[in-house]
Amino acid sequence: MSVLRVSVRRGDAWQAFEVPRRESQTVLDVVTHIQRHLDPTLAYRYACRVGMCGSCAMTVNGAPRWTCRTHVDKVAKEGRLEISPLGNLPVIRDLVTDMREFFDKWARAKGQFGGERKRSDDFALLSPVSGKRKLADVNIECIGCAVCYSACDVVAWNPDYLGPAALNRAWTLVNDERDKAQAERLRAVAGDAGCLSCHTHMSCTERCPKALSPTAGIAGLKRATLKAALRGEL
Amino acid sequence: MRSQTFLWIVQRASAAVLALCVLVHLATIIYAVRGGLTGAEILARTRGSAAWFAFYSLFVLAVTVHAPIGLRAVLGEWLGWRGRSSDLTLLLFAMLLAWMGMRAVRTVFA
Repeated sequence: MSVLRVSVRRGDAWQAFEVPRRESQTVLDVVTHIQRHLDPTLAYRYACRVGMCGSCAMTVNGAPRWTCRTHVDKVAKEGRLEISPLGNLPVIRDLVTDMREFFDKWARAKGQFGGERKRSDDFALLSPVSGKRKLADVNIECIGCAVCYSACDVVAWNPDYLGPAALNRAWTLVNDERDKAQAERLRAVAGDAGCLSCHTHMSCTERCPKALSPTAGIAGLKRATLKAALRGEL
Repeated sequence: MRSQTFLWIVQRASAAVLALCVLVHLATIIYAVRGGLTGAEILARTRGSAAWFAFYSLFVLAVTVHAPIGLRAVLGEWLGWRGRSSDLTLLLFAMLLAWMGMRAVRTVFA
């Protein structure tokens, strides 16, 4: 059985492990093997193992990835793996990052649905083929893994920048015809910490494991901001 | 938020103006210097032209608006220099650009 040489970032240092190579092995399998068989003190985070929950993202050989759906075959160069925590987030321990700021920014970007119907009201009727509904559909499948946030240069340069995921969420709601908090949301995402600072490097789009394009969403927010500003609604 | 959005809009609008100005500027240079040209010949053609004075004044205005806003992002993102002191410095930089630009325009076209 061949062996995978794995370097894991732990605080300020790298720790080396040798992990047996298996068929269809994912990076999460590798980390789990280390924690269960080689060093039980290793801290990492995961939940669903099937690419739904967005909790297992780490930096693998220099790029942020969801580890549960990343096969070792695809990323290991000459049988080597380098695993570190996500960038642009504070590290709690080993491979575990503090996601608070990441999710607080969703709230700051007015990522909450702002409807006006009451429980007693009838259902809102939206055509599944309306233009806005289709736009909302495009990027709605975000799992909140923070891979895009970790890949974003603007977040690295400006810690206040809301980041691709929060802005993508805002764009989805901008296209939700039931939402009545639109002006407030555009005010939240305009400005230096919001969509206007995006450099369109497209690292978020390149790295998104769900193949979404936050860049396109941010471009949409820029257009919506421009229109609102010209109408004096900002 | 509103002032930051305003800066963003005028930077993009000035970029559109600059794209046109640079094209006209380059095309005019290439057209005018065919066969060689001296400084005196240039000034003989340009001085007293109200249309070119207006065109290059617009060029200078676009530069004055565009460059400091771009520099504002560079200073913020690369040096972490944000806020009032940066904005005031950039306002001075904009005034310097306008002064230098208009001095050149006046010399060549007035």
